[in-house]
Amino acid sequence: MTLTITRSGRRPAHSAPPARWRSRKVQGWLYAAPTAVIVGVLFIAPLVLVVWMSLNRWPLLGQATFNAPENYTKIADNPLFVDAVFFTLKYTAITTVLLSAVALGLALLVQDRKPGIGFFRTAFFLPGAVGFAAAGLLFYGMLNNDFGPIDPMLQSLGITDEPIKWIGTPNMALFSTITLVIWRFAGFNMLILLTGLQAIPTEVYEAARSDGANRWQVFTKITLPLLRPTLALMLILSVTGSLLAFDQFFVFTNGGPDNSTVSMVMVIYREAFFRFNLGGAAALSVVLLVALVGLNTLMMRRLR
Amino acid sequence: MRRRLAGISLLGVLALTAAACGSGGGGGGGGGSTQAADSPVTITMWTRAATQTQSERLVQEYNKTHKNQVKLTVIPTDNYQPRIAAAAGAKQLPDVFAADVIFVPNYTSQGLFMDITDRVNALPYKAGLAPSHMKLGTLDGKMYTLPHTLDLSVWFWNKDLYEKAGLDPEQGPKTLKEFAQHATTIQEKLGKDGKVHGTFFGGNCGGCYVFTFWPSVWAAGGQVMNAEGTQSLNDQPAMTDVFKIYRDLYEKKVTGPTTKEEQGPTWTGFFPKGEIGVMPMPSTTLGLMPKDVKIGVTPIAGPDGGESTFVGGDSIGISSTSKNADAAWEFLSWTVSDQAQVEVMAKNKDVLARTDLASNKYSAEDPRVVLINSLVAKGQTPFALRFGQTFNDPQGPWLRYAREAVFGDVSKLPQLNAEITKSLQQ
Repeated sequence: MTLTITRSGRRPAHSAPPARWRSRKVQGWLYAAPTAVIVGVLFIAPLVLVVWMSLNRWPLLGQATFNAPENYTKIADNPLFVDAVFFTLKYTAITTVLLSAVALGLALLVQDRKPGIGFFRTAFFLPGAVGFAAAGLLFYGMLNNDFGPIDPMLQSLGITDEPIKWIGTPNMALFSTITLVIWRFAGFNMLILLTGLQAIPTEVYEAARSDGANRWQVFTKITLPLLRPTLALMLILSVTGSLLAFDQFFVFTNGGPDNSTVSMVMVIYREAFFRFNLGGAAALSVVLLVALVGLNTLMMRRLR
Repeated sequence: MRRRLAGISLLGVLALTAAACGSGGGGGGGGGSTQAADSPVTITMWTRAATQTQSERLVQEYNKTHKNQVKLTVIPTDNYQPRIAAAAGAKQLPDVFAADVIFVPNYTSQGLFMDITDRVNALPYKAGLAPSHMKLGTLDGKMYTLPHTLDLSVWFWNKDLYEKAGLDPEQGPKTLKEFAQHATTIQEKLGKDGKVHGTFFGGNCGGCYVFTFWPSVWAAGGQVMNAEGTQSLNDQPAMTDVFKIYRDLYEKKVTGPTTKEEQGPTWTGFFPKGEIGVMPMPSTTLGLMPKDVKIGVTPIAGPDGGESTFVGGDSIGISSTSKNADAAWEFLSWTVSDQAQVEVMAKNKDVLARTDLASNKYSAEDPRVVLINSLVAKGQTPFALRFGQTFNDPQGPWLRYAREAVFGDVSKLPQLNAEITKSLQQ
């Protein structure tokens, strides 16, 4: 192998690297290989397959037949999905605002180390340890008009005269589900915010106080700006999670009453497992995936 | 929140598994058997919770008396169809699986069951197998399933409540109008403290509506679909008359307070507690009723009379991907044998999968069972390839239609009926 030396003495880019370099490059590839395989098999391959599925008529058993772009063009004809898009966006907006407010409130409450604070932190986080399906069933049981304890309690306290239709009307079903989600996630999000709050140096607070800042000024001028990256993380998690809402509606409201609480993922589930239209479900999944990637990119840029 | 990803990632995983398992599959085929001749084989079986009791009894008795064994998995009724779909997509179906008989045409058309025509034809009692179940399990002249359990819709009435309300406890309703009168009387006489109600039905459950309302249409001589299962006739007077009577009962608050919200899983739970005067119930619940509740059973009638029933229940077949076809058939054919039908099913007051055994040493002990058995010939099992997505799916068009008809705006019905037809044809 000959090495061409240029006038400047530098090795040209296209020339072959020395053997030592090449062996280091191979070593590098070998180190990266396990991760590359995992990423390829677990992340890239399913995505490629879902995209391929979305371009085919895909029966439960038997051979798939290429039918692109029919699965995509039919999306607009699916009124359930169109309604679900609007419903999911509405749900996401309400949930994100309320969840952030409650989580921030809880985090501020348990921010300082005081005697017994561990109990409150644990109590707030505890619902986060309950599985979503279990939480859905729990709320279904508690709010059930026949055997749930909430209605008799409200009535005995004189707050209501008759059982409330907790999941019997569209608005109440949405309200009840959002309550469930906040109960389930406020503690978890509080934990995220707590780490952010505790990363703010105490010196900054001390400096602010010695400058005569009141509590509100400290909160708006110091806490919130310095908490921005943590808030951004929480917002991204909340928005993404809400747009992918499934369990809470599937278990708790079953999409009802009268399809008023059908989320986008529920429509995907229905297409795949009730209508056996796997290709159509894959197309909806791809559309949702693209929208989520776009939205997350936008949020990352804005909130960074 | 990662759990929420489940629905979407399931598809990806499904695709991945399907690919990993390689191509092929397809429906039908004679099904080879790989087990050695003498070694015992354990076959896997799935059933849905709605008919769990009957399946469990059959499996227990079979396992007690046979070398081969059956491992039964019970899956919640609401999740059964999705589980079958996911398992089929991943070629992970059990050796045998029972399915709600109305879903069977869709499953056979998707190639999920193995062709068992030759094996069925060799059965000496082939002609006695429940005709509606056999009809729905046959596609293009080939047979794919056997009847597994029969579950008929009938009216149950509570004799104690009838007596307390001044009604004749030995006379159940003979027409739907009489049914409404009885329910109203019980509500007026006994319903003041809110614990007892005239009647009840699953008002937010598509499957409950078809199971309990359609027999009244058939009893009146009407139909709910064309024979091909491609056009809805639910906007015809036979059905709208039935809806009107139930709507009236709801408006007069004769139905339990949670009727409108009842999604299905708990709709049969109120009657055994002695809280309901008269209501449609599945016949399989008769054997599960508490001993201290005196119950009368009568056929579902039309507004002015007639008799009919929804012949529901499960059919069972060998999955097209099973590697244990011979062992699976040994179990399946045993479940419809004289011994299993009489000593397991009839003994527990269940409807038999064979009409030639309807009169047996147990059925005569309870006239209610004799009555239920006699209804098999009068009832119907509707056929539609797209039954599940149209009528059972909570997001399907039928539930919207039925709820508008009973609780909502009847002016929306023509458009919603067109959507039912559209769904049947998709």
